[in-house]
Amino acid sequence: MAYLDHAATTPMLPEAVQAMTAQLALTGNASSLHAAGRRARRTVEEARESLAAALGARPSEVVFTAGGTEADNLAVKGLYWSRRAADPARTRILASPVEHHAVLDAVHWLGEHEGATVEYLPVDAYGRVHADALREAIARNPGDVALATVMWANNEIGTVMPVRELAAAAAEFDVPLHADAVQAVGQLDVDFAASGLAAMTVSGHKIGGPYGIGALLLGRRYAPVPLLHGGGQERHVRSGTLDVPAVAAFAVAGELAAARRADFAREVGALRDSLIASVREAVPDAVLGGDPDPAGRLPANAHFSFPGCEGDSLLLLLDAQGIECSTGSACTAGVAQPSHVVLATGTDAELARGTLRFSLGHTSTEADVAAVAEAIGPVVERARSAGLS
Amino acid sequence: MTDFPGAPDLRAPRKGLRVLAAMSGGVDSAVAAARAAEAGHDVTGVHLALSANPQSFRTGARGCCTIEDSRDARRAADVIGIPFYCWDLAERFREDVVEDFVAEYEAGRTPNPCLRCNEKIKFAALLDKALALGFDAVCTGHYATVVVNENGTRELHRASDMAKDQSYVLGVLDDRQLAHAMFPLGDTVTTKDEIRAEAERRGLAVAKKPDSHDICFIADGDTRGFLAKRLGKAEGDIVDETGAKVGTHEGAYGFTIGQRKGLRIGHPAADGKPRYVLDISPVNNTVTVGPVEALDVIALTAIRPRWCGVAPEGSGTYTAQLRAHGGETEVTAELVGDELQVTFTEPVRGVAPGQAIVLYDGTRVVGSATIATTERAAAQAAQSA
Repeated sequence: MAYLDHAATTPMLPEAVQAMTAQLALTGNASSLHAAGRRARRTVEEARESLAAALGARPSEVVFTAGGTEADNLAVKGLYWSRRAADPARTRILASPVEHHAVLDAVHWLGEHEGATVEYLPVDAYGRVHADALREAIARNPGDVALATVMWANNEIGTVMPVRELAAAAAEFDVPLHADAVQAVGQLDVDFAASGLAAMTVSGHKIGGPYGIGALLLGRRYAPVPLLHGGGQERHVRSGTLDVPAVAAFAVAGELAAARRADFAREVGALRDSLIASVREAVPDAVLGGDPDPAGRLPANAHFSFPGCEGDSLLLLLDAQGIECSTGSACTAGVAQPSHVVLATGTDAELARGTLRFSLGHTSTEADVAAVAEAIGPVVERARSAGLS
Repeated sequence: MTDFPGAPDLRAPRKGLRVLAAMSGGVDSAVAAARAAEAGHDVTGVHLALSANPQSFRTGARGCCTIEDSRDARRAADVIGIPFYCWDLAERFREDVVEDFVAEYEAGRTPNPCLRCNEKIKFAALLDKALALGFDAVCTGHYATVVVNENGTRELHRASDMAKDQSYVLGVLDDRQLAHAMFPLGDTVTTKDEIRAEAERRGLAVAKKPDSHDICFIADGDTRGFLAKRLGKAEGDIVDETGAKVGTHEGAYGFTIGQRKGLRIGHPAADGKPRYVLDISPVNNTVTVGPVEALDVIALTAIRPRWCGVAPEGSGTYTAQLRAHGGETEVTAELVGDELQVTFTEPVRGVAPGQAIVLYDGTRVVGSATIATTERAAAQAAQSA
């Protein structure tokens, strides 16, 4: 079995499993005032501190959420509402067109229901937003911009965005920039303070932590309008009883992701390079998606379009041989649609139907790459004979 | 009637075929897939997404085309223990089935979209893709039997249980398509309750799911409303056989030959007897009504013939079926050029252009064609008078 879909979710680290199971046996609501509550609270705050340290943030900047999607929604909707409340003229949202659906659909919803004007920033053929493009877009009318949102690195094609330059451009106009860094943590040097971002989304299960936990790193001057009202936890920005076991395990995974990042990037990057080389050798007309320069893409990401193939045919054939990857596209009722990311890079719609994303992780081996190298040629040939339905 | 002694059926097929099971989310296709897997085949389940904008949930008892159906199919595949995928054939389905359906009604004919779907989608688009991907056969939950002759040719026969038989909607399949078709329910002499009991035994949650009826892409069952949305209102006259106006309608496409209900004719016929739709003329947007006797058809011509095997030569006597749940009637038929010329032994009623006529030799499906023109007994009587 070759699991090459770590960008979807990656196995939990044993250390995180241990931290989580240890906490599951304990009792205590972190908001309670008695000893059990204080113990739980202490666990949460220690986790907050270690996660903050791992991500270059202050502990008070960590707002725990139930995952990346919630953190993205909180950032986009919450900042929109608070910025508009402070100045009704601020209704313009600038977003990259290659965002994850958790951002894209939230932005779209604000446009449909909350009077936002959504403007998609131009991207190059690698799906990258350049700082000049953001600067130019804000400068057209700096007074009406509520926020900008550009992901740190793309989940499908792996392109890394120039986050610092983008944040600097936004800062020139005092516009808050949010970045979804779900895919970047553990693979790139993610330092919240150094980035200049106003808000940043991270997720547990993409870095070896548990499902259902994430965080929005939130600069202290920002008070987004909450999505969830209730007990006032998490700076009154995110109410709800804290999931102590998940928080503890998330922090362990975050710490390890940061500590192991350089080695991981080097090792998994080498495997990824070999995977790309194998695929190109077996299928010379395969088109690599994203930035071909390893410095410009996530070290664990390989993305291809295979001319004349249907992505779901490729996936089925690889799956039957025990190779698990993704078409990298959105699903409705499990039906693959051409990816908005691939289309945004200017790839034609027909080629965009034959995409596959291989994403590596901490359990990936040379054997996984060898399995792909052996299977991909015949699989593409077969899928091509099935054609585009 | 011809017999086929010694013909093995697919009840005892060779094992280890790679089978793609089309799973609608209903009980029949789930049990069919389970039986194929149990017979030792390597089965993969596929749900066909046929609607570009699927509804989230079923309304009423209808199946197909909802996200809930795709989830039901996925859960059945989980229980059977087979891989499962959704394939998007919405564009092909729209082009080949839905648009054809609308165009046929617009032209005053009465199409059968299920036949069309079997011909163009399940045993064409899906089958071709399956074969290209290395599968040997497509399996569905239809009630029909494939018989393999000693020389390897295939025959399609009615299901063992005539009451469940669905060979009519498969009458469009040629022998190449049949060679790769698997109908594990076809030789079951059983009731729907027994299929449900089998599903229950197998732990399939769809055991109690209501049957699907009618046309899957018209979720509320209102065909006339669906057509009105597509074709717009077009008021016209309802006339009797003499051409006298007896009422108005909002679109000739909303009628089917033989239809009695919903004519909304103001004043009754002179003889007080009910009137039926005799003719639909899209050219002048007129619907003609008359007495039931005037519906009697003694002959027809049909186009686009499809044969399960070699096309028969010369004139022959067959039984014919004209509707999905219709009875059998004896005919004489002959292929003249590309046109099938059919004469009925006894007059039949409710025959509409656009419908399929499927010819049988005993239980064997000989072929099918699309009805183009009909000849009425009344017209002949008028001529000879």
